[in-house]
Amino acid sequence: MKRPLFIVCSLFAAIFALGSDPPAVRVEPTDSVGPRPLEKQTETAVIRDYLQAWRSLSGAFEQNRADLLDQDFTGAAKEKLADTIQEQVKLGIHTRYRDSAHDLRLVFYSPEELSVQLVDTVEYDMQILDGQKVQTTQHVRARYVAVLTPTEVRWKVRVFQAEPE
Amino acid sequence: MKSRFTFLLVGLVLAAMPFAVAQQTGGLRLPKTVEAGSAFSIQSTGSGKAVLYIVGTGQVLRRNVQLGETTFFAPADLHNAGHYLAALVEGSSTETGAFDVIAAHQPAALSFLAKPSRLAVDLHDGISGVVYVFDIFRNLILAPTQVSFQLSGVTRSVQMRTVLTHNGVAWTKMNSAAKEGVAQFVARVGDVASTRVIQQVPGNPCHLRMSARPSGQRLAVETEPVRDCSGNALSDGTIVTFTETYTGGESTVDVPLKRGVARTDMPAYSGARISVATGVFIGNEILWRKER
Repeated sequence: MKRPLFIVCSLFAAIFALGSDPPAVRVEPTDSVGPRPLEKQTETAVIRDYLQAWRSLSGAFEQNRADLLDQDFTGAAKEKLADTIQEQVKLGIHTRYRDSAHDLRLVFYSPEELSVQLVDTVEYDMQILDGQKVQTTQHVRARYVAVLTPTEVRWKVRVFQAEPE
Repeated sequence: MKSRFTFLLVGLVLAAMPFAVAQQTGGLRLPKTVEAGSAFSIQSTGSGKAVLYIVGTGQVLRRNVQLGETTFFAPADLHNAGHYLAALVEGSSTETGAFDVIAAHQPAALSFLAKPSRLAVDLHDGISGVVYVFDIFRNLILAPTQVSFQLSGVTRSVQMRTVLTHNGVAWTKMNSAAKEGVAQFVARVGDVASTRVIQQVPGNPCHLRMSARPSGQRLAVETEPVRDCSGNALSDGTIVTFTETYTGGESTVDVPLKRGVARTDMPAYSGARISVATGVFIGNEILWRKER
């Protein structure tokens, strides 16, 4: 009885681990983003870097490696995520985040070009592992608010916060 | 006896209050939302021991719990806003639910970006201010919050704007003053304020006039104090160019303003034309004729 259960669990874990298809991304048309028009190139770069930030987050939380956040997060967002990873290390758990869909809306571009805010209704699968044991797998839909700021070569996430839908 | 009964009744009412906004998911009774930094509790059903995980990108908690009892979380336990998954694991069975932690209502910090830090006087909407409002735990306060912006400087006039945040951010634009000097740009939410200093410098020249007089074998040329359209003297160091055109040649001298005035010597060719300019602004022209 235990053997088939083990096989099913292993299969499910493998599907989860291998299920790395790129997420479906939908970007709502941006009529107005506040005081400054958003150039198409900037919009493309912001979205590219934000989605990359999700990939970094996924790797960092799964491997419990805060250094993987460095490339895509900065400021309070990076510190908070790094603290969470430290908590995971202390508790001996890790988490897998697999984002499957993003519904993005750019809502604010500051006049001095130093910040872009977006709202993302994201769907992801989340797995909690205590040691090596998968405790639960859940499909989550959440609304994230993110603020990105420019650095030398990319936009980095400075605020990353889910809020009630 | 009566007071003991009253105490018990009040205790029951208070204990039930958090569940007024609670949600039941299987064997878990969770709050729908928790304000960051607030105490909260999670009720489970059944009997025996289990492990309760509360997991989000903002924080991770794990508690050993007794099923059927209420697990209390202290005010400091969950302080990062976000979406949290609660999983109650007992052997092979797992109960799950989710809830949100929202930012505390009280603003505690402002991230205030003011640009530029230096600009010319008398520019309409020349100064921009953007404010992100955070609580004490550095959560972005997403509930609409009133932000007041104030720009005051060397003149008595004060510009004020009140803006409601949208998704945690508020912005405004202000005009630079007509008079040069330092301005204080303040953003305030309740008792929390943040100040930026804006340097307002003279604008483009609006008045450039020179005169010439003989000085030995040469000509001494000198401008009147160079001012912008609001009457502010242009900054010392601003380059003024004197150009003398005469038969068979041209002489050009670049002179920095000193105490608002530029002066130099030029060759005294009879019939020469001397002009003065700074940047793209051209001043008067003098035709020099040697007296007989």
